[in-house]
Amino acid sequence: MHSATNMPRSDTENVIPFVDSLVLSTNKRADHLLQLLVEIQQQYSYVPGKAILRLANQLGLPASEIRGVIAFYSFLYPVPQGDYQIHFSDNIIDRMSGSEALIQNLRKRLGVSLAEPRADGRVTVSTTSCIGMADHAPAALVNGYPLTKLDPQRIDRIAELVDNSVPVTEWPSNLFHVSSNVHRCDLLLSDSFESGSALSQLFETGAQKLLEELTISGLRGRGGAGFQTAQKWKMCRDTDASERYVICNADEGEPGSFKDRFLLETNADALIEGITLCGLITGAQKGLIYLRSEYRYLKQHLEESLTRRRTEGLLGKSILAHDGADFDIEIHLGAGAYICGEESALIESLEGKRGIPRNRPPYPISEGYLGKPSVVNNVATFFVASWIATRGGDWFATRGTTESIGTKLFSISGDCQHPGIYEFPFGLTIRELLDACGATETRAVQVTGPAGNLVLEDSFDRRLCYEDLPAGGSFMIFNKSRSLLDVVQYFSDFFAHESCGFCTPCRVGTSLIRDLVNKAHHGNATRQDYEQLDIIAEVMNSSSRCGLGHTASRPIMQAMQQAPDLFTHQGEKR
Amino acid sequence: MKMSFTLDGKSIPFKEGDTIMDAALNAGEYIPHLCHEPGFTPHGSCRLCLVSLDGRNISACTQPAVDGSVVESNTESINTIRRELVAMLFAEGVHICPVCEKSGSCKLQAVAYHVGLLTPRYTQFNPPGRLDASHPDMIIDFNRCILCELCVRASRDTDGKRVFSLSGRGIETSLVINSENGKLGDSLFEVTDKAAAICPVGAILPKHKGYELPIGERRYDISAIDDADLKSNRKSDE
Ligand SMILES: Cc1cc2nc3c(=O)[nH]c(=O)nc-3n(C[C@H](O)[C@H](O)[C@H](O)COP(=O)(O)O)c2cc1C
Ligand code: SF4
Ligand code: SF4
Repeated sequence: MHSATNMPRSDTENVIPFVDSLVLSTNKRADHLLQLLVEIQQQYSYVPGKAILRLANQLGLPASEIRGVIAFYSFLYPVPQGDYQIHFSDNIIDRMSGSEALIQNLRKRLGVSLAEPRADGRVTVSTTSCIGMADHAPAALVNGYPLTKLDPQRIDRIAELVDNSVPVTEWPSNLFHVSSNVHRCDLLLSDSFESGSALSQLFETGAQKLLEELTISGLRGRGGAGFQTAQKWKMCRDTDASERYVICNADEGEPGSFKDRFLLETNADALIEGITLCGLITGAQKGLIYLRSEYRYLKQHLEESLTRRRTEGLLGKSILAHDGADFDIEIHLGAGAYICGEESALIESLEGKRGIPRNRPPYPISEGYLGKPSVVNNVATFFVASWIATRGGDWFATRGTTESIGTKLFSISGDCQHPGIYEFPFGLTIRELLDACGATETRAVQVTGPAGNLVLEDSFDRRLCYEDLPAGGSFMIFNKSRSLLDVVQYFSDFFAHESCGFCTPCRVGTSLIRDLVNKAHHGNATRQDYEQLDIIAEVMNSSSRCGLGHTASRPIMQAMQQAPDLFTHQGEKR
Repeated sequence: MKMSFTLDGKSIPFKEGDTIMDAALNAGEYIPHLCHEPGFTPHGSCRLCLVSLDGRNISACTQPAVDGSVVESNTESINTIRRELVAMLFAEGVHICPVCEKSGSCKLQAVAYHVGLLTPRYTQFNPPGRLDASHPDMIIDFNRCILCELCVRASRDTDGKRVFSLSGRGIETSLVINSENGKLGDSLFEVTDKAAAICPVGAILPKHKGYELPIGERRYDISAIDDADLKSNRKSDE
């Protein structure tokens, strides 16, 4: 069980001095707005109007812009929430494990409507996008702490605890149990990382040599785009600038993915060392970890690792006693927005704004955080980089395929016996992965989340690697009892909910798709509706500004192509 | 050294720092757009200025011109996409052209004609009505707002007031006003502001006058949007 939470809710009488002390602690920096809002939200269960006006006054920002930021992020509220804020994870995997009935159940027990505080202000029950616990489904967050493997008994217990006003810190720890669930280890997970080993190697052999090792290792970004990591670091190092930043993308918003959460929780040292390594190689002085709000409960653990590493000389001034080797890391929290995983939206969010992707070019590598060259890498990328620095590129290259070197962590969830983390060399087939996790009677898998690929049974010999089927974090399994239409409907809702709203095709298109898919799900879609879906998909793919819009139509389009039988008008069915 | 690219086969000269849109407009070539206005920070939200640059789809207003590149704009596939984008904007808001004070001088309406959109194509979203009539001289109908942020940019960058901003996310995104109660009448907004004259559609409208210029004699009644906007672009250059 983790540390204290704030219970009961504080009175808003002291909100002005509270805001003032926060503002002072960040040197009145307007770009820290989001961090301030997160703290205020945690203290009061919402951002009181008085706090908004005070922030506006202290930071020199229009109050409307602050309200606009609050309205952008799912975990910031302009009105009071319950003392207990319970957010059920609403991934398709949670639904398949019965979350909807449990939510209903808990709401009835507590006498509360969805997403509305109970009249006495004690509790709110709402849903949120996947919280990164698909191997512990159904799951929920209470005041930021994950409640795992929920079932009717646990729901009863939770209702009792709420009714008896037991502070979350005193809830039984088994409700919060998170297991590592590692079911297969390869190069990366079979040994424990020796803290400092990668940095020692750097000082022994030099930055150039380490970049060469990274190049040999063929390491490509684990966050989705698969860009060569060595090249990214080199480009940042070679850009002329007085300041540079290293940003660790710990937003992990992809439904069904939890490999980053696993690494943050169990491998913080290797991860932090990877960020530090990148800082020293590129000449950056500051690193930032953008931690999604759903993983707030890991912040303290990460802070402790950072502190320990400072005392061990692995972080801060003169790392490993090398003059001028200065690098430190700060943690920033997100506030509930999938789009903030996109690197330029993430940077906007780090700067305290609504997470709207930027025009690219310029890319973060030349103009990133605060306009300075910034490397953005996924959690797993930094983790692997540390190992490669220690063991060498050839070591990693003993696994995988030509284009997809080494191994990869898969987050496996859904219909299988052993959901969890699997480390496999790239290039294995879907069937091999299904066998490894004990999946039977499988109808389909979704590789790399809603923005990835739907693969039906006839294609289970496809290989997970860049040459064939690029594999991100998440691998969700659906057996023959599942309705693909439910899955497609869920994904379409997800994108409509997560579009940032900046550009026309995605803002409007995701809603149009959601409504048409809903119609298809009810068997009422006509041929004309399907033609419209084709057109909307084409418009979104070709004219959207960022990757979200480019991929948001994939679930419905792939399902229509691969399982056309599902999409006949009911009137036309025999 | 002189730099140029080709736009639908025509050579377009440009200078360092020009976007494709800047260069095209300067050369008298129209690329459809709604959220762009010469002199304002490029935005890239409406996506109407979609062009293909050496085979890659990008927005012309934000993309720096590239020497020797091939840009295509007036192709059947791009025009189809533009038409659908305009149709999406019509579906999202409430656009009552026949009775709108802006009819005939509205860019959304004019661009719809330009891309050949004559009938609605998608189910209307029909958002609930939202109007702000608190200001003595101007009125805002939020359901006609296409979220182009021209008023946001004008108020911030030209008027130095930051009266407008966007709030929220996704389809819930909306224009909001900076004042204690969120009302326009309570803000620093004035009828003489640049932001009062910049709205491409009928979202920000003057009070106390209606139909001074009869429909039929308005900007885009007289000439189609490509000619009309190119002409005014030339004028502002002189
Ligand atoms: C809509 C969208 C969401 C994304 N979400 C994430 C995310 O949660 N985590 C992540 O590491 N990358 C995410 N990315 C990819 C990032 O933009 C970026 O490519 C990545 O962080 C770079 O790190 P890498 O090279 O180590 O993969 C997302 C991209 C898009 C378009
Ligand atoms: S594609 Fe979607 S998420 Fe990306 S900028 Fe446009 S509206 Fe925002
Ligand atoms: S009010 Fe007009 S200018 Fe302002 S964002 Fe809306 S459409 Fe654009």
